[in-house]
Amino acid sequence: MSLPKRIIKETERLMAEPVPGISAVPHDDNLRYFNVTIDGPSQSPYEGGTFKLELFLPEDYPMTPPKVRFLTKIYHPNIDRLGRICLDVLKANWSPALQIRTILLSIQALLGAPNPDDPLANDVAQRWKEDQNAAIDTAKEWTAKYATA
Amino acid sequence: MFSGYTQLSIRILTSLPLPCSPSVPLVATVNLPTPPPYTRQPTETGLTPCLYCQPSRQNRCLAHPATTTCNQQRERLPVLVILRRDLGLPPVSTTLPRRSSRKRKPSSDHSASTGVNPPPRKKVDVSGAQRLKKAALPATPTTLGSTAMDSDDEFSGHSSMEGFEEDAFDSDMSDELVSDMEVDADAGFDSQDKIIKPGRKAYEVDYRVYSPAEIRAYQNDQINDVSRILEQPPEATAILLRHARWSKERLIESYMDNQEQVLEESGLGEDSAGPPRFQQIKGFVCEICCEDEEGMDTFAMKCGHRFCANCYKQYLAQKVKDEGEAAHIKCPGDGCNRIVDSKSVDLLVSTDLKDRYQTLLIRTYVDDKENLKWCPAPNCEYAIDCGVKPRELATVVPTVRCKCSHDWCFGCTLNDHQPAPCRLVRKWLKKCEDDSETANWISAHTKECPKCQSTIEKNGGCNHMTCRKCRHEFCWMCMGHWQEHGNSWYNCNRYEEKSGSEARDAQAKSRQSLERYLHYYNRYANHEQSARLDKDIYLKTEKKMTQLQSSSGMSWIEVQFLEGASQALQQCRQTLKWTYAFAYYLARNNQTEIFEDNQKDLEMAVENLSEMFEKPADQLKDLKGDMMDKTSYCNKRRIILLEVTAERLKQGESHRSDFGTSEANSRAGAWEFNTDLSA
Repeated sequence: MSLPKRIIKETERLMAEPVPGISAVPHDDNLRYFNVTIDGPSQSPYEGGTFKLELFLPEDYPMTPPKVRFLTKIYHPNIDRLGRICLDVLKANWSPALQIRTILLSIQALLGAPNPDDPLANDVAQRWKEDQNAAIDTAKEWTAKYATA
Repeated sequence: MFSGYTQLSIRILTSLPLPCSPSVPLVATVNLPTPPPYTRQPTETGLTPCLYCQPSRQNRCLAHPATTTCNQQRERLPVLVILRRDLGLPPVSTTLPRRSSRKRKPSSDHSASTGVNPPPRKKVDVSGAQRLKKAALPATPTTLGSTAMDSDDEFSGHSSMEGFEEDAFDSDMSDELVSDMEVDADAGFDSQDKIIKPGRKAYEVDYRVYSPAEIRAYQNDQINDVSRILEQPPEATAILLRHARWSKERLIESYMDNQEQVLEESGLGEDSAGPPRFQQIKGFVCEICCEDEEGMDTFAMKCGHRFCANCYKQYLAQKVKDEGEAAHIKCPGDGCNRIVDSKSVDLLVSTDLKDRYQTLLIRTYVDDKENLKWCPAPNCEYAIDCGVKPRELATVVPTVRCKCSHDWCFGCTLNDHQPAPCRLVRKWLKKCEDDSETANWISAHTKECPKCQSTIEKNGGCNHMTCRKCRHEFCWMCMGHWQEHGNSWYNCNRYEEKSGSEARDAQAKSRQSLERYLHYYNRYANHEQSARLDKDIYLKTEKKMTQLQSSSGMSWIEVQFLEGASQALQQCRQTLKWTYAFAYYLARNNQTEIFEDNQKDLEMAVENLSEMFEKPADQLKDLKGDMMDKTSYCNKRRIILLEVTAERLKQGESHRSDFGTSEANSRAGAWEFNTDLSA
């Protein structure tokens, strides 16, 4: 199966001019599958951590959004135990004009600005709202425990 | 000139053999509204009377609800009068002199039958009637003779179209016409004067069935209307209207107030490019597929987000086909809220997708409008327009019949549940879901603790029970205190025991409510099941009918009574079923008894008919008359029951605030319920 020009171009650009703090490398035997790492944004509980994700471009891409999932455990109200992410641009607000690059930037931004009002992991979100400091401490703990090599 | 009501007092003879009206000729006084332009073919004009019409029903027929034409009053009543006139026959006993003999132009009646207003007449009141009559005038004289005129002997043999044109009545003989009619009427049927009241039965509601094509036409009319007012192209108006949920007034008002905001919110933000069209642009790279071929077609809407035509097409196809989107497809550009209009879609997608797109649009149209609902029957594509608002549902049960002959409630889209109002139905169904089987089991296997009334299942052989909840010790057999059994540990073979009997009383009381529920539930369920069985028989009916045709030499039309009977059974059982749910929630008083009497009558009628229905085919022939009688009796009982119930229900309207519970309701003659249905 030939790879659409769009995916080739995107991949080339990701390699040639990588986004600081983000890397996305396609799998050798499946060019639609990417190994992704995102650095925790500074001034966030995830600072200093490097989070691994997987990203898959489905058959209909770019008409349908890519599938992205965290592989590293993370304590975040919008990311659940399985690493699934609650992010509008990955669902209803996807536009075919968006790219892997922009999606990964959105995810990085989500790490910097958790939104407990629209939660995926209810327990985390509740804690986040009730006792934000404690929640942030846990997030830092988890980052140190799971996201640092 | 013809707008509004044409007040007319006509007394007309009619003797159409209608199954739902007495076969005697009726003399009627009616207020005739100006009829809509008629477009029906003469052969259809009311001469084969509709089996489903009620004589007093003014607006719509259950069998062809989509047509306003199956309207017996308009069609049937005027028929005779015109006939004699238009066919050039002398009135029965005209004592009035004719003033003029100016011939009527044939074209004028033509215009009436094709829906064009007739030329103005001198007298308002009669021209309306004339138009009406001409509309109803059948062109085939033979049919006339056979149906409409058999009561008027002098007409037979005179029916020809020549007569109709030559001796047709003149345009200004208005006075005579009216008085003539009275004379005709008075000629022989004085004693049978009967007033036909305009209006419908208490349990019926106004509605109309629309086919998808009609809805589409209706929608487009609405769009074009508003489009002219707002001076926006139709495709943009459609988007605006959809955003305003088809409330024309609200849209126009807000549009006039703040045009830009409305446009922005609806997804028609400011224009930054020309009208949507294909363009070839040098050096263009599509942001979606990264193609940069020379001479590639590109497309952008007014928002200016330009992509290659292929990507645009693929995007729309994906939305329409896979996601079932139509009304809310946004521009593929990131963060752009502009809605893709129908014109752009037409430019970009293939024919089959266009159809799908239109279907989806109509679907959202119906979903958006409160007065429109899709028929819930599987594979049915009709929608029904009914004006009953959700808040009226406490007092009205809006049962409608779709063209696919599915009866359903417009309020809750469940199957027909007359006479019970929607809330009661919901409550009952929930109770049945929760309770019925469980209740049966509870009733059979458990008893209640005499002290705390918890339900207890006996789990061991010993009769010495200790309630786990309140620690009360009692005897399972006599429900008495265990202490009283004392040392003589088993003595409840003796019947009378004081504490035991009290406990049994208490238990009986609590069981009573359960029993009461089961009483109603069992009957409810029984009718449901019987209706199913009747339906099975109905499927066999067709076979029976062919059998009857071959064995008795009856014609097809002669065996139709079986189908009629079967339909009556289905309908009556459906009604009966819900009367039990209804009765369960009724507070006991005199009205309840009347209700139960009606219920009993209907039930008996239904059982009789049902029994007859199961007879072998060879006996059915002799039972035909009997069966037809019973069928019409069943239908009549059902109508009576529904009417009485619906009228009572309407009474509750003025006391809606304390619906169903207060004494005021009973004084007003409304139903009293033993529970708060508004909860």
